[in-house]
Amino acid sequence: MSALTQSTPAAAQSDAAPEKELRPPSYWPFVVPALIVVLAIIIFPWVFTIWMSLNEWKVGSPTTFVGFSNYLRLTGDPRFIEAVGHTLVYTVLSVVLPLVFGTFAAVVFHQKFAGRGFLRGIFIMPMMATPVAIALVWTMMFHPQLGVLNYLLSLVGIPAQLWVFHPATVIPSLVLVETWQWTPLVMLIVLGGLAAIPTEPYESAQIDGANLWQVFRFITLPLIMPFLFIAGMIRMIDAVKSFDVIFAITQGGPGSASETINLYLYSVAFVYYDLGYGSAIAVVFFLLIVLLAAVMLYARQRMLWTEIASDA
Amino acid sequence: MTPRQIIGKIGLWFAVLVIVSPAILFFLWMLSLSLKFEVDNAAYPPVFIPEHFAWKNYADVLASNRFVTYFFNSLIVTGGATALALMVGVPAGYGIARMAAHKSAIVILIARITPGLSYLIPLFLLFQWLGLLGTLVPQIIIHLVVTVPIVIWIMIGYFETTPMELEEAALIDGAGRWQVFRHVALPIAKPGIAVAFILAVIFSWNNFVFGIVLAGRETRTLPVAVYNMISFDQLSWGPLAAAALIVTLPVLLLTVFAQRQIVAGLTAGAVKGG
Repeated sequence: MSALTQSTPAAAQSDAAPEKELRPPSYWPFVVPALIVVLAIIIFPWVFTIWMSLNEWKVGSPTTFVGFSNYLRLTGDPRFIEAVGHTLVYTVLSVVLPLVFGTFAAVVFHQKFAGRGFLRGIFIMPMMATPVAIALVWTMMFHPQLGVLNYLLSLVGIPAQLWVFHPATVIPSLVLVETWQWTPLVMLIVLGGLAAIPTEPYESAQIDGANLWQVFRFITLPLIMPFLFIAGMIRMIDAVKSFDVIFAITQGGPGSASETINLYLYSVAFVYYDLGYGSAIAVVFFLLIVLLAAVMLYARQRMLWTEIASDA
Repeated sequence: MTPRQIIGKIGLWFAVLVIVSPAILFFLWMLSLSLKFEVDNAAYPPVFIPEHFAWKNYADVLASNRFVTYFFNSLIVTGGATALALMVGVPAGYGIARMAAHKSAIVILIARITPGLSYLIPLFLLFQWLGLLGTLVPQIIIHLVVTVPIVIWIMIGYFETTPMELEEAALIDGAGRWQVFRHVALPIAKPGIAVAFILAVIFSWNNFVFGIVLAGRETRTLPVAVYNMISFDQLSWGPLAAAALIVTLPVLLLTVFAQRQIVAGLTAGAVKGG
């Protein structure tokens, strides 16, 4: 702090070049180390991945430039196309269900009740817990003979299910885990939105005698729409990329019934060591996520325009 | 209280119960599995609270040499990746915030969208070429993919909200940029650094995908070790659940005790790595 006390010579100096002292470029040294790291671990991998995707690149054999043939191969790869389908179904369900439950949870946590902070801490535990550890416990719970879920179903008279062990129920079962895990994130984002809502509309609604559902539908919902959109976007990005839980519970099975793009990418790159083809999948996968995000943005814009149009 | 208010109160508590019970019941069941002998875990209908607690499940897990090795691997990888991320990320967040270089956030966004596996393919080759596979170095470096964006993102947001007046006054008094950062900006930013630290630790600790590709037998982190238990060792449920609980316990404790920071960080950036 000694520099702060020597004010006389410094003041003279800053008189000489006051503009130069406060000019932004001098902040560059703060950014350079991070820039080097980002170049090395984010930009370099991306450039290299794009380059690899244009090559036949298998571990242990020489590489040859093949242009776009890895990408052409994707269009005729039934396992990839099937994986895209699984990913889309998984993603849509894993966005919609947490949005619905998360909004409900946010409305409840917005009320005042004893122990709210502590219970909110419990509620967000599923999303912070180590995914592989909870996947392990879910696997035990899904067990058709010894699992606790079938026991719970039997209590209410529903026949035993095969859960992740049957092709028809494996994706819904995994979505159940994903929803359990990520509903809290939606809740937190929407809760932030609810905190920003003014109280006046609620007071006038009360005077008008609106019921709970009407208040939610016509006041709360429109006001939290921007937050729901953000939550939906984040949820989409994470659900598309979901790996840990699926890999730990089913490894894409039974057969390939729950193989999403990310799991197929893993197999191609690190089971078959077909790195060129794997890189092509990685690039297409990234573009698909960007495309989905663009579609969501477009839908949001359309919704805003219709709202404005109907107001006019 | 009017009858209407009482009904409202009951309804609220019922709703709270419905919302919180999936999380509570899950973790209680996890605890129950980890404390039961094989007989109780294979019983139907299931036993919730056993007559005899199988503390030996925990003793077995902790007594195995490998588990201790894996614990220290996790500690080194998470510790290293978090420390490095704070060292480069906190100044970067400061620089970006003060330069108002908002476009640089696009890189963070790309990092956020990119699937973890796509970093692995080129970096795997790079580490192989450098002869680093078989050490913990590749994992520390690749965990930066998770920790650096989190730290930069949170610190940009934080430094944007801290007042500029003190810094400007210090500059006018002749302090250098570095001194201003070190003695004025950094002390004010401590709560923000705490948020960045906690989230970086959690997401690095939980990371699984990098480990399954890069870790060898000696360099596994805990999540990878737990996964390997399921697929190869064919252990009984009790020790498996105990191992799972030990792995995730530090994170669960952190969640309960640092809830405020976690909530602040997640709602500010809603970042998650990998």
